Amino acid sequence: MNDIAISIRNVTQRFGGEGQADSVLALDDVSLDIRKGEFVCLLGPSGCGKSTLLNIVGGLFKPTTGTCTVEGRAVNGEPHPDKIAFVFQESTLFPWYTVIENFHIALKFQGIARTEWDDRAMAALRAVGMASFARHYPEQLSVGMRQRVNMARGICVGTDILLMDEPFAALDEQTRMVLGEDLSQLLAATKKTIVFVTHSLAEAVFLSDRIAVMTARPGKIKTIIDVNEPHPRSPDFMLESRFSELRNECYALLRDEIRATVAAQRDPQVAGS
Amino acid sequence: MEGSSFAARSVQLSFVAIVAGAWYLASETGSVSRLFLPPPREVIAAIERLVATQAFWSAVTVTLTTITKAFVIALVAGVLTGYVLTRSKLAMRVIEPVLSGLFTIPITLFLPMFILFFGIGAGSKVAYGATYAFFPIALNTIAAFSKAEERYLRAARSMGAGAWDCFRHVLLPGAMPVLITGMRIGFFICFASVLGGETISSVAGVGRNIALAAELMEPARMYAWIMFVILTSVTLNMVVYSVENRIRSR
Repeated sequence: MNDIAISIRNVTQRFGGEGQADSVLALDDVSLDIRKGEFVCLLGPSGCGKSTLLNIVGGLFKPTTGTCTVEGRAVNGEPHPDKIAFVFQESTLFPWYTVIENFHIALKFQGIARTEWDDRAMAALRAVGMASFARHYPEQLSVGMRQRVNMARGICVGTDILLMDEPFAALDEQTRMVLGEDLSQLLAATKKTIVFVTHSLAEAVFLSDRIAVMTARPGKIKTIIDVNEPHPRSPDFMLESRFSELRNECYALLRDEIRATVAAQRDPQVAGS
Repeated sequence: MEGSSFAARSVQLSFVAIVAGAWYLASETGSVSRLFLPPPREVIAAIERLVATQAFWSAVTVTLTTITKAFVIALVAGVLTGYVLTRSKLAMRVIEPVLSGLFTIPITLFLPMFILFFGIGAGSKVAYGATYAFFPIALNTIAAFSKAEERYLRAARSMGAGAWDCFRHVLLPGAMPVLITGMRIGFFICFASVLGGETISSVAGVGRNIALAAELMEPARMYAWIMFVILTSVTLNMVVYSVENRIRSR
């Protein structure tokens, strides 16, 4: 099993002590293997624990029970910046640094030699077509441009694994589609392993090799759907009947979970009547 | 932008001109007694005489030294206290309301106490200015560091940043704008309370000389000192604002 990049075994995550009033079971016995070079989406209703699972893989949270191994090394609540890079929403670019300084600081944190900073940063910026904005501050860019820069910042550190936590959630649908295509292009060239959290069905089908559909809280993996379509994917893929079939399949799986999530948020009396 | 700033400047300058004109008319026509308000030319002549004296420069040195000491104490104590408090949720809940409550008390009430403790010399004014300036600096430091956003810290940690990296590159730059506002407010409160304290009770300094000139019925000399303080605070204000803008626009 040498081609496994990430191995999640029986991971349970509980916030707050067991038996306490505010205790929440976020993840319940989740196991998942992700192969090298694979693009896996975690798809599920809001609050199902998909971001929690990503944070466990990235070493930002320590699971209550269970283990997570990345390239054979146990991740136990410790980030492994040499192996794993995160891409969050576009708003995690540091607003007090320029675009290029944001890259420099990421490379510095990752422990990469100063002499390489400029070359790496500019190469990543060129890859997303943002090289001429290197000296701008994030607030001077549009939301779509910021997210392009943010993706490039995650890619420039050169890790094999990229974890993306709803990176396009703040974007409008059209920008989202364009960036999705860009991402597919970029990744086809780099052969990275990606775990991508989203609640957009179309995004999941368009980008993934496999989609892990999760249940409402406590999160479990309900089903895994394969998307057999080579990368880079063209927008034409979205027009194929196979795309709508997969999308509908995901929706059918999710519908009950979304209902369960909404019901849990209602007043008990109203739900009962 | 250029036009509106020009308009703003014109209004500000006309305000100064109206005040100066009213002063000139009121004193030169004799409608206000010279004992209360001497005409501008007498005050200007008094300023010229004043700056030529050794006593003037030694008074200015005393006051500036007092302000500097008071501000440095307030800055170090305020920033440290504020920062340490934000590291603990419990301390924030218990101590932050106490600090903002204390700040509403007129600290001037404690000036006699400071004189009792530290004597009538510069020491009591240092304590008074430092105490007054401590509160806005501590409270703004708390505001600056407690609004630090979790998402930036998480991003930094995921990149492998250690505790010092997080402080130096995430917490501190994020807190800087509010931190600087606190320092500016603290500085001007310090400036005002040292001068006020000197005027009320002291043996030396600019404030002491203002009070002395009034007691000796030398209005021109008193206004000369007051003009000097006004010019100094206007200049300081401009300097501090430009420093603040330079740091902000970084």
